[in-house]
Amino acid sequence: MTATEPLTLPEPPTSALGGGAGFVVELEAFSGPLDLLLHLLREEQLEIADIPIARIADQFLQAVHELGLNQAADYLDMASRLVRLKVQMLLPRNSEEDGWEDPRAELVRRLLEYQRIREVAVWLGRAAARRAEQFARGYLPPAPVLPPPPLALNLMDMLSAIDRVIAGMPSPVLHNVVARPLNVEAATRRIEDLLAEQDQIRWLDALGSGVTIADVLSTLLALLELAKRGRLRLLQPTPFTPMVIARESPRSAA
Amino acid sequence: MSPLAQLLEAALFSACRPITAEELASLDSEASPADVRVALEQLREHYDFNQHGVELGEMAGGYQILTRPAHAAAIERAQFTVRAPKLTAATLETLAVIAYRQPVGRLEIEEIRGVSAGGVLRSLQERGLIEVVGRSEALGRPLLYGTTPLFLELLGLGDLADLPKAEELTIALRPHRATAEGADEAAAYVEAES
Repeated sequence: MTATEPLTLPEPPTSALGGGAGFVVELEAFSGPLDLLLHLLREEQLEIADIPIARIADQFLQAVHELGLNQAADYLDMASRLVRLKVQMLLPRNSEEDGWEDPRAELVRRLLEYQRIREVAVWLGRAAARRAEQFARGYLPPAPVLPPPPLALNLMDMLSAIDRVIAGMPSPVLHNVVARPLNVEAATRRIEDLLAEQDQIRWLDALGSGVTIADVLSTLLALLELAKRGRLRLLQPTPFTPMVIARESPRSAA
Repeated sequence: MSPLAQLLEAALFSACRPITAEELASLDSEASPADVRVALEQLREHYDFNQHGVELGEMAGGYQILTRPAHAAAIERAQFTVRAPKLTAATLETLAVIAYRQPVGRLEIEEIRGVSAGGVLRSLQERGLIEVVGRSEALGRPLLYGTTPLFLELLGLGDLADLPKAEELTIALRPHRATAEGADEAAAYVEAES
């Protein structure tokens, strides 16, 4: 089962919560802030319809804190709602006033609704467990249901068909084709021309002006090749100084 | 067993999915829907009366031959097949909301469950338990989700009417568009409780 709540837990919950109430809460046991809230109400044996907001808000915050749920936006959202309710409940009111609406009504409605969903979820879970006790013939992917002719397609069918086709397409293999960038021959000629004029040249002279990385590599390869053939020597008089390219045997070459 | 019942048994044995009564009727041009129903009943009784290891299951609007629950443990121990993995609480809650409120959008699911639902919805869709059934007229035209026949198959339900009845729950089977209506219901429930 891959469906998990996107909750990140910085550290496993180890401490008891509820201020000495003495029960340990596992994060996995809760499927959301409403679940945690229901759990707290049940632990305290409180009526959903008449929640002591101040107490529950404090406990919720403590639970969230102790569970290390600080990063879970869903829990923080509920925590802020509870704190706001707590403040609203503290405001003085005239209870005989007709227009007064219990600020908890919305929360009560959500909790009751959520409780019903939990009820159904448990029922669904039992149904699935019962069904899992029975095996059918080996599974094969169901054959696609062919629409009766003439084709009665709607937009959603079309879109999902396109999605299926696109999902099945192999991603194209792209190669970056470049013209041969290295020109060792030209670099060799240039170095030989330079060495014909001078006994020694500097590395930077051999490169010329307006060089690209391909030119640098071409020149380097040409120098190494010429050095191998004994046409020049590569020198560095002292460390960190520019490399010097010297004609191997000035007289014979001249 | 009648020749038709034998034919149906052969067809159901060969199939890897629930087969509807209409599909079964297409096996024999002579057979009327009533004949098929009678033959299916005969097949069911045959399995039950003679205490076969399999039974005639009825789900997702179709029929399927299934092993009896009593043999599940032994079959699984021998690793001939595996039991479907258990569904997580998040999955079940999300399925519950969708089953009762369909077509329903992500926002409404998140509102009811109090947590973000994107990941669960994606995985349910990948498993083919829910599907996009349309788009809401609301701002941004969000996608609306509904359950699939595979959902019924996974739970062994004939159709959505086999879910616990709406009267037994405070939530309505159809989505109530007006939120005020929902508040009234909850208020009425609160009064009844207190």
